[in-house]
Amino acid sequence: MTTRSSAPSPRQGRRTWRKPPFIANPWLRYGLWLAVAVYLVWALGTLPFNWARIAEGVPRAARIFGGGFPPSFARADLLFTGFKESLQIAILATLLGVMLSIPFAVMAARNLVPRPVYVVGRAVIIVSRSFHPVIVAILFVAAVGFGPLAGILTLTLYSIGFVGKLLAEEIEEIDWGQVEAMKAAGAGYFATLVYAVFPQILPRQVGLSMYQLDSNLRASAVVGIVGAGGIGGTLMNAFGRYDYDFAFAILLVIIAVILVSEGVSGWVRKQIW
Amino acid sequence: MLEITNLTKRYGNDAPVLEGLDLKVEGNSVVAIVGASGAGKSTLLRCINRLVEPTSGSIKLNGSELVTLKGAALRRARRKIGMVFQGFNLIDRLTVMENVLAGRLGYVNLYQAITRRYPRADIERAFTLLERVEIAHYANKRADALSGGERQRVGVVRALMQEPKILLADEPTASLDPRTSEQIMRLLQSLASELSLPVLINIHNVAQAKAYTERIVGLRHGKMTFDGTPDEFTKSALEAIYGGIEAPDDELTAPAAKPRKGARGVTHDDPL
Amino acid sequence: MVAKSSSREGRVWHRYDRRQRLIRYVVLLLSLTVLYWAVSDIDIFWPWVWDAPNQIGSLGARMWPPDPRGLGEILGALLETVHIATLATALTLFVALPVSYIAAQNTTPNRACLWLGRFILVASRSVNTIIWALLFVAIFGPGVLAGILAIMFRSIGFVGKLMGEAIEEIDRRPVEAMQATGASKAKVIAYAVVPQVMPAFFAIVILRWDINIRESTVLGLVGAGGIGVILQGAIDTFAWPTVATILIAIITLVLVGEAVTGVLRRRVI
Repeated sequence: MTTRSSAPSPRQGRRTWRKPPFIANPWLRYGLWLAVAVYLVWALGTLPFNWARIAEGVPRAARIFGGGFPPSFARADLLFTGFKESLQIAILATLLGVMLSIPFAVMAARNLVPRPVYVVGRAVIIVSRSFHPVIVAILFVAAVGFGPLAGILTLTLYSIGFVGKLLAEEIEEIDWGQVEAMKAAGAGYFATLVYAVFPQILPRQVGLSMYQLDSNLRASAVVGIVGAGGIGGTLMNAFGRYDYDFAFAILLVIIAVILVSEGVSGWVRKQIW
Repeated sequence: MLEITNLTKRYGNDAPVLEGLDLKVEGNSVVAIVGASGAGKSTLLRCINRLVEPTSGSIKLNGSELVTLKGAALRRARRKIGMVFQGFNLIDRLTVMENVLAGRLGYVNLYQAITRRYPRADIERAFTLLERVEIAHYANKRADALSGGERQRVGVVRALMQEPKILLADEPTASLDPRTSEQIMRLLQSLASELSLPVLINIHNVAQAKAYTERIVGLRHGKMTFDGTPDEFTKSALEAIYGGIEAPDDELTAPAAKPRKGARGVTHDDPL
Repeated sequence: MVAKSSSREGRVWHRYDRRQRLIRYVVLLLSLTVLYWAVSDIDIFWPWVWDAPNQIGSLGARMWPPDPRGLGEILGALLETVHIATLATALTLFVALPVSYIAAQNTTPNRACLWLGRFILVASRSVNTIIWALLFVAIFGPGVLAGILAIMFRSIGFVGKLMGEAIEEIDRRPVEAMQATGASKAKVIAYAVVPQVMPAFFAIVILRWDINIRESTVLGLVGAGGIGVILQGAIDTFAWPTVATILIAIITLVLVGEAVTGVLRRRVI
């Protein structure tokens, strides 16, 4: 029986075994632990915690939750208007976003367009994906004023980023044989797109649209916090006026709507596939 | 000594998978349990270490009843029953040594288990057994880096680490190629005599059962149809076990727990 | 088979059969109705819509060129943002792992725990980070603690749900083998469950850290610390060139975060 170097001392009767460490190099292993410790001290040391204010947290939490229960649905009309607007924002933004995502996805697909166009398409998608919708919303609010228009613009851009990225990846993976067949039949660029590319990505696109509608509905609840319309604004106002019972009512309805929307979106996607 | 009396197992309201089974295994004999897939072989083995709860009946190991055990007492009983699986059931992402030492989990405490600080005697035993099956040089390799035969040897060593009073092997060779399965069967046979350990082997390969065991038990639809030495295992005994069960045996044995294999053992590996 | 039908004259071809067409028309009609409702009912002053491109353009013009002054302050705020994301991700694990354990069907101790776990996951996931931040700012006052807690409370649902699914998808066979050795439940988990979910665990944590970096950039808009605070300040004072610098800083941070997670993912998994 040969024991290789990986097995400990071959002397009979005095063998030991330790689990081989996850990181073989001891310097790296202990260095990593040290780095984690140093990081924690550094991060916690430099972050500006306002301990005096934090200490007030418990009585404040008691007051907020005391004031929040039971949630009050007294102003149901305000609640309803807010949600109606959120839904409208989500629907219009999804429609615009999904339509606009197609040209951007084609632009961002390496196999369909020349390199400069590809770079532009990718850049648009990367930029619209990098910014959180709330940041985009605050900029649109600054540009076009408070209200649902800013919300629609925000979520349209958000949809272009998300759907465009996934769609571009889908286009890059299409069966190229169909494109060649269309070209061989003498089809032009757009005819090739319509006959050989779009049919291949359509199922995916429909599924993504449903997903995006759900996603936009969620996001529309928060862009309102910075003034871009919808239920978020109502929630923000309720919090600002210490109307915690109304705020909690809004929160409960938001959760319910999101759960329903997730269920519906999932069901529709299952039906399509 | 293993003593099974009147063992019955049914899943829900289906027809019983095992029905009134009596079996006595003494000394260090190697017993093969043969039968078509779904005959209840696997359920029988899993009833012994209670991975499957028997519906009724009694199973005694060296005089103590296993069927009524619960909690810690059951775990203490299980650590005396080694088990080897068809799919090896190794923890792929752990090393061979960790897999082998896992056989001691019933003995060590939780701290030792999590930190892998096993007693020296356990590690010594692990190396000795690994050397016995000629894979000691793989101790620090990940289990999924090994070949099928090597993985099954790890499985056997893990079971032996438990210092078992009996070894159960559930189709130990069904996932292996013919040559490797011969090796594993030979290994089980010689380990049984070296460690004077009774071994129960579920097997659908009748040729191997006859070559490597000293007693064959035939099961059909949860009932014993044959019990005797390999010499007594004639064509008529074979017919009694497999007769009428041809390739699509899933329908015939429908109440069975999991129809995992086709009837390959009957049609291809049949020696007679 | 082709020859058989070719005798008939004047054949027509339709892309869809009658039932398919009916479904398509109904879906189309429904979509158009919803669209009409949304467009006609929404509270938008339409002249503003036609003016929007001008307004956006002029805002863009006011931002140019980005103002590099205050870059030091911006970098400090970026670092704070990263700290919030990292600390919150780390803290999340202490809650998310136990929750995923009780919310996975094959490890949960009992039905009550299962439903409790699922309730925690749903509650956490249904409330957006910024709404959590709103709540925690109201409780603990403006500052990084509210931000860390907000990110953490949202991440618990995400990490917990995915970890729970990873636990439910493990190979059952090693579990069976460990039970057969007489191992207790804790030992079975340590040996048969933990090693199997390790790769998923790393992937999920890395993914969530990446998402948390993005989310931390907006916390400041409701006063919960990070780069959002100075972004809000710059917007409130109409310091548009500074806003442009902050936006560039954010996009850089997000892209760097994405690159780092890419490297980590390849290294660890």
